[in-house]
Amino acid sequence: MNVNLKIWRQAGPKEKGGFVTYQNVETTPDTSFLETLDILNERLINEGQEPVVFDHDCREGICGMCSLYINGHPHGPATGATTCQLYMRRFAEGETITVEPWRSAAFPIIKDLMVDRNAFDKIQQAGGYVSFNCGGAQDANNLPISKEAADEAMDSATCIGCGACVAACKNGSAMLFVSAKVSQFALLPQGKVEADRRVRAMVKRMDELGFGNCTNTGACSAECPKNIKLYNIGRMNRMFIAAKCKE
Amino acid sequence: MEDTIIDKEATTIDSASAKNVRVMNPADSKIPEGPVAEKWTNYKAHQKLVNPANKRRLDVIVVGTGLAGASAASTLAELGFNVLNFCIQDSPRRAHSIAAQGGINAAKNYQNDGDSIYRLFYDTVKGGDYRAREANVYRLAEVSNNIIDQCVAQGVPFAREYGGLLANRSFGGAQVSRTFYAKGQTGQQLLLGAYSSLNRQIEAGKVKSYNRYEMHDVVLIKDKDGVERARGIIAKNLVTGKFERFAAHAVVVATGGYGNTYFLSTNAMGCNCSAAMACYRKGAYFANPAYVQIHPTCIPVHGDKQSKLTLMSESLRNDGRIWVPKNIEDAKKLQSGEIKGSDIKEEDRDYYLERRYPAFGNLVPRDVASRAAKERCDHGFGVNNTGLAVFLDFSEAINRLGIDVVRQRYGNLFDMYEEITDVNPGELANTIDGVNYYNPMMIFPAIHYTMGGLWVDYELQTSVKGLFAIGECNFSDHGANRLGASALMQGLADGYFVLPYTIQNYLSDQITVPHFRTDTPEFDAAEARCQEKMDRLMNIKGNRSVDSIHKELGLIMWEYVGMARNKEGLLHALDELKRIRKEFDTELFIPGSADGMNVELDKAFRLNDFITMGELIAYDALNRNESCGGHFREEYQTPEGEAKRDDKNYFYVSCWDYQGNDNKAPELIKEELNYEAIKVQTRNYKS
Repeated sequence: MNVNLKIWRQAGPKEKGGFVTYQNVETTPDTSFLETLDILNERLINEGQEPVVFDHDCREGICGMCSLYINGHPHGPATGATTCQLYMRRFAEGETITVEPWRSAAFPIIKDLMVDRNAFDKIQQAGGYVSFNCGGAQDANNLPISKEAADEAMDSATCIGCGACVAACKNGSAMLFVSAKVSQFALLPQGKVEADRRVRAMVKRMDELGFGNCTNTGACSAECPKNIKLYNIGRMNRMFIAAKCKE
Repeated sequence: MEDTIIDKEATTIDSASAKNVRVMNPADSKIPEGPVAEKWTNYKAHQKLVNPANKRRLDVIVVGTGLAGASAASTLAELGFNVLNFCIQDSPRRAHSIAAQGGINAAKNYQNDGDSIYRLFYDTVKGGDYRAREANVYRLAEVSNNIIDQCVAQGVPFAREYGGLLANRSFGGAQVSRTFYAKGQTGQQLLLGAYSSLNRQIEAGKVKSYNRYEMHDVVLIKDKDGVERARGIIAKNLVTGKFERFAAHAVVVATGGYGNTYFLSTNAMGCNCSAAMACYRKGAYFANPAYVQIHPTCIPVHGDKQSKLTLMSESLRNDGRIWVPKNIEDAKKLQSGEIKGSDIKEEDRDYYLERRYPAFGNLVPRDVASRAAKERCDHGFGVNNTGLAVFLDFSEAINRLGIDVVRQRYGNLFDMYEEITDVNPGELANTIDGVNYYNPMMIFPAIHYTMGGLWVDYELQTSVKGLFAIGECNFSDHGANRLGASALMQGLADGYFVLPYTIQNYLSDQITVPHFRTDTPEFDAAEARCQEKMDRLMNIKGNRSVDSIHKELGLIMWEYVGMARNKEGLLHALDELKRIRKEFDTELFIPGSADGMNVELDKAFRLNDFITMGELIAYDALNRNESCGGHFREEYQTPEGEAKRDDKNYFYVSCWDYQGNDNKAPELIKEELNYEAIKVQTRNYKS
């Protein structure tokens, strides 16, 4: 199987970037998309050129390191899967596949397809935790939590922090990412104690870091590789307004 | 580089006869006095502590942000120490612990099925084929319960029963249900818990977080008595390409295992052993490198372009049954693609684990399950086109429980499998004589975890003063084989509940030592060596990519130093590794420049260390003339093909001491094991 890869190349954060098309990259339907990029890179190295830089690590869809806008979709055409879980059987023989980095002011490009997502860590640092020191916990079963609440919290906690929601959003909003963490803690008794403080701090930090506002388009959730639901945003908005009123 | 020939004599060391084998002073392992169940309590009662005012005067470097690194960094900061925390990824949340699927063990006995701290301790020692240090394992079992309490308090959404209490499942090597889990994403949820605590400390200014930094060297400085102590690291900023210096009163490495030596493994692409190798080259012993875990349930290799192997969680063995055809003709038809697994009816299937190990069945430990799969495939019963796969089948479970229940348990794993292979294991494929058969998964063993690692004493301190190793990076708790759901337990035990205590015993002597400067001759020399090495790699200017050489290394390692080893093969591997080393030194090509980000250069540094690591694994495997756990020597097996240990000659931890040059064979130091609580016997999973 042969495909053409039209890839955004950019030498550094301040350099001017542009598309370069690499013709006839030889791969197979059973090969993953990132392995196809490996194949291209091997070819480039053998030609004495610099390989395409892209973030990737676990290659099993859980670390959130891989990104890439593929043919206009974050993480490519498959739903509920990350770029590293994308296999070439999803593409047609001879197809030209367009590959771009995440596009968001809050995620500046480092090189080629690699972006800086440090802003996500900073939002979590503002309040994405239960303020509690190691050592003082009670027996785990002293705190019964309904299966429904635990399962729902788990659904929100499953976010991998890849940034696809921001990349998918026309406003570059991080609401789905932030609301997933806020929701996980809001649904569990451990997180309720400081829920007001958390939602205020995380939303404030998100705004400061240059993420856009939410206009309820829903692209974030539609493109999320972990199917984080849109109603997390609704929950966060309710909590935020209530917490602001109490302030 | 000088092309020294590896000392042949040293490569064939027979521990009984070798001249230069040393035996460690038993006191060096610092195992506390008293019965095994009281050692940790005794230790804590008598250890030295650092008072709160002094804690803020002490700096600790923690390298790595996986379960061990993140939990240690956050806990040390909570206690009041100043922590510098490093990771190679773009965020601490991405460390490879995140990919652990199945669960975490603890001796809670919530199921009332007879579990206890002693039983978890016993199962872990037995699972490790009696090659772990008793005192460490007992402590691990003891603190396991605290870990669950800690994680629940952090808001980790563990699976629960309808009554609101925590749910458990079973894992290999245990006859109780003691594994806590969060769907098939337990590692993710535990890591995000540790990451949340870490974030709180970053926000509080107690942890300085350095992302996209890679440790290249550990800096040793002599104290006033002439004792060398770890006082800092040289780390490469992967974005700017520059080396930077960091100083502290102690250095903790939590940088994971060395599975990627084999190129194909279940590890993430970035996992590497360079930090551990830097410590080893500075005098930290490397213990038991031959103990490499091969996980039985991975998706089989499909081609030479493959970059990694994907694990299918061990939890699948709770309900999945492993089989190959009974008849060789059926196997041949499967290999040629004439029939599918679902065409073979129940009585023609050989559930070989249930047949060979009736007491544990499909839940035997990983090393046993892996070797049994290899045994069947070696006899021609493999079920895919390469003959290197066996079936993992859910038909019986789906027929018994219904597809909804099975999907609730394993749905995400089924989806993952389908995305990769285009086969849905939950799909009805055939009905023979009224029995429904679903598509089976195809699985095969793959490199997964490394039990060996930097040697540490009871305090988790390496043989270099002030240098600590935690998590998969050290060797201490799993012996020759790790049980499922014990890696998460050990990483968090070390980080939350062990190191934060034991490091204080070291730091209490350091309270008068002021903050270190990095403009000292020791830092100058260490950085200059890193720079020199970088220049050498950039200037080879050969014609081979890093990956092409790494794949070659991986094939040699898998073939001769993999699931089954023998003396002849290991000697051949050492010759081949020497050739690969030469190839690397003369033929490597790194495009671009060393200024700024250069991914190929960073991979080259790692490969350089993987080659040294490969040799270390081979030396250790050659020395250990017995089969135990993850180390199987074909010469040492019973007539039934079970591993044959030699407790008389090999009841010790092999500690390898670097001899100043990568081309020189390391020297062996034995830490003799001493069991007080458990009777050493042959592992039996049959009855």
